[in-house]
Amino acid sequence: MEAIKEHKGKVYPLDRGNVDTDQIIPKQFLKRVERTGFGQFVFNNWRFDDEGNRRPDFDLDDEKFDGASVLIAGENFGCGSSREHAPWALLDYGFRVIIAPSFADIFYNNAFKNGIILIKADESQVKEWMKKSADGTFNLHIDLEKQEIADDEGTVITFNIPGYHKENLLNGWDDISLTLLLDDKIKDYEDRQPQSAKVLDDDGIYKKV
Amino acid sequence: MGKTIIEKIWDSHIVHSEENKPDLIYIDQHLVHEVTSPQAFEGLRLNNRKVRRPDLTYATMDHNVPTQNRDVIKDDISKKQMETLRQNCKEFGVKLADMFHPDQGIVHVIGPQLGLTQPGKTIVCGDSHTSTHGAFGALAFGIGTSEVEHVLATQTLTQSRPKTMNVKINGDLAPGVTAKDLILAIISKFGVKFGTGHVIEYTGEAIRNLSMEGRMTVCNMSIEGGARAGLISPDETTVEFLKGREYVPDGEAYEAWVEEWLSLATDNDAAYDTAIEIDAAEIEPQVSWGTNPGMVVPISAATPSIDGAENKEEIKRALEYMGLEENQPISSIEIDHVFIGSCTNSRLPDLERAAEIVRGHRVKDSVRAMVVPGSFSVKFQAEELGLDKVFKDAGFEWREAGCSMCLAMNDDVVPAGGRCASTSNRNFEGRQGSGSRTHLVSPEMAAVAAIEGTFTDVRKFKTGVPS
Repeated sequence: MEAIKEHKGKVYPLDRGNVDTDQIIPKQFLKRVERTGFGQFVFNNWRFDDEGNRRPDFDLDDEKFDGASVLIAGENFGCGSSREHAPWALLDYGFRVIIAPSFADIFYNNAFKNGIILIKADESQVKEWMKKSADGTFNLHIDLEKQEIADDEGTVITFNIPGYHKENLLNGWDDISLTLLLDDKIKDYEDRQPQSAKVLDDDGIYKKV
Repeated sequence: MGKTIIEKIWDSHIVHSEENKPDLIYIDQHLVHEVTSPQAFEGLRLNNRKVRRPDLTYATMDHNVPTQNRDVIKDDISKKQMETLRQNCKEFGVKLADMFHPDQGIVHVIGPQLGLTQPGKTIVCGDSHTSTHGAFGALAFGIGTSEVEHVLATQTLTQSRPKTMNVKINGDLAPGVTAKDLILAIISKFGVKFGTGHVIEYTGEAIRNLSMEGRMTVCNMSIEGGARAGLISPDETTVEFLKGREYVPDGEAYEAWVEEWLSLATDNDAAYDTAIEIDAAEIEPQVSWGTNPGMVVPISAATPSIDGAENKEEIKRALEYMGLEENQPISSIEIDHVFIGSCTNSRLPDLERAAEIVRGHRVKDSVRAMVVPGSFSVKFQAEELGLDKVFKDAGFEWREAGCSMCLAMNDDVVPAGGRCASTSNRNFEGRQGSGSRTHLVSPEMAAVAAIEGTFTDVRKFKTGVPS
C-alpha cells in the first residue's frame, strides 16, 4: 500500500451513527473480481434512487463537497458485513481519513490495510467538526507522525492511534511481507502444535500426522 | 486463576508475540467463498505466492448461487465470480464444493455439518457471520479480503488480543421462545456495539439446554452486537453432534479428541474483562422493527415513540424507511414476503419446527413465501422427512441451498417497498433488495407470518390440521 505521513483535505460530515458496510457499498456491487472501481458506488443507495436520480436528502454530491477527502461520521462506523469493498469504495472515491467516535472492529482492520487513516475522536469534537464542515469550506490537516489534527483556524488537537497501524501507514508496509519475515516461527509452530496435525490428506480424508 | 476458553485458544495459537504489537496467531481452518476471495487469490498471483496450507482451506459457493435452475446464471458478473473461484481453487489446490457438489451449502452450515468445525480451532472466513462456528467452542471470526490473502499466504493472522466478555443467560427460555429470540433480545437490550473489541462467551442454563443448531443461531449474530466473535464452551451436546462427521475421526482417536475438547471449557475460577446478564424467562418471541439488529421489540410490543427517545433522528429515519408509525403495534404490521433460510436459521431443526407450524395450513394469498435450506445435505434430509411436501402444499417455494434472500445477491430479491418476515440476521436498509423492508424473526414466527399475513405470537397460534 501507499505510504501516508500527513493529509490535508476538505471535510465531509456524515451525521449518522451505526453506518453499516451494506450502506457504504451495497451488495449489488460486490460481484466484481477486482479491487478497483468501487468509488462511484460508495453510499449508492443513499445517493441515488433505483433510476439513478440523485436523492435530495443526501448531500455528498453537492458541489460544495467536491474533492472532500476527510470523512467525519457517527459512532460504530463500518458495522456489519466484513466486505473490504467498503474501504476500497471509500478510498477509491477519495477519502484518505475517516474520523468517528468509534469504529466496528473488522472495518477498522480492513481500512488500515488499505492505507486509510482512521481516527477515533471524542463525540463532542466530532459534533463540533460536523457543524463547522456543513457548508463545505472546512479543512483538516492530519499529521500522522505527530498524531495531530489542525483546523483552518490553527486549533490543534492530538489523537491516539495504535503504534502498529501507524508504523505500517507511515512506511506503506504490507502485512504479508512482514509476516513472511517470521516464516521460521510459523514453521516452528506447525512442528510443535498438535492442533495443526489434525489435517486432511490429498483425498480429503482425515489423517493424524 | 483459571482461564476462559477464549484465552486458552488464543494462547495456544500464538506464533509470535511482541510488546505493543498485535499477536501473530495460527489459523486452523480457513473457509473461502466466491465474493470475498477473488482479489485475495489475485494478490497471491501478483506476488508469486502459494496457498501455504491448502489442506486447511476449504471453499464453497453460496452468496451468488441461484436457488433454482442451478445451471442458469443470468448475471454475467455473478457467473464470472463463481468461475473465478473454480479456477483459483484449481490453480492453488484448494478443495471446492461447487454449486453442484453434494457438500455445497452456506459456508457456515457446511463447516459444522462436515465436522471441519471443531472445538479449540481458530477458524476464519471472509464473512462476518463466521462467528457461527463459535457454537462448537472454536474461536471463529470474519475477516476482510486482505486478511484472506494473509491467511492464504501464511496460515496466520496479525490480531490484537481480544477482550473477553461473559454474556450469562439466567434461567431457561419459555416454551415457544427460541435461540433466535434469545440473541435478538440480547442485541435489543445491549445494542449493536456492546461487544466491540470483545469475544463473547455465552453461558448459563438456557445455553446449555440449546441444541447445536440453536447455539449456532446465537453465535451467528454475535457480530450484530459488534463482537469480534462469540462462542460457547464445548460439552456433551457438542461432542455428540460431531461424532461420525466426515472430518472427525472414529474410535480411539475420537475419544482422545473428546477429552481434549472438553478440557477447553472455561475454568470455574476464570475471570472476564466484562460480564453482563439477561434473564431468559422475560424473553418473548422477538420482531425487529427498524434498520439495524438492535431495533427489536417483543411481539406484544409496539414500535418506539420518537418523543423522549435519546436517538430521535435515528428512530425517525428508521421508521420512515420501514414505512411504519411510531407506537405502532407489531401485530398490526402486514407482510408480503417470508424468507426462511440464511446461515442463522436454515438447518434441519429450523425447517422442522417451521414445517410443524405450516402443516395443514395455507400461505396467505398476498404473501410470497420461500424456504431455502442451508445446504444440499439439509435439503436432502428435509426431503427424506417429507418437509418439502409440507411447505409446497402450503404454498411455499422450496429452493436449492444458498445465501439467497438474506442479502439478495442472486435473483431472490424483495422488491422496493416489499416487507419481509425473514429468519436472516440483518435488517439493514436495502439488504434484501433496494428499498426492501426486513423484519428479523425466528423460523416459527416467520411460518406463522406466512399463514396470517401479519406478525402473530407463535405461542397463540393453533398448530395442526384445522378440523
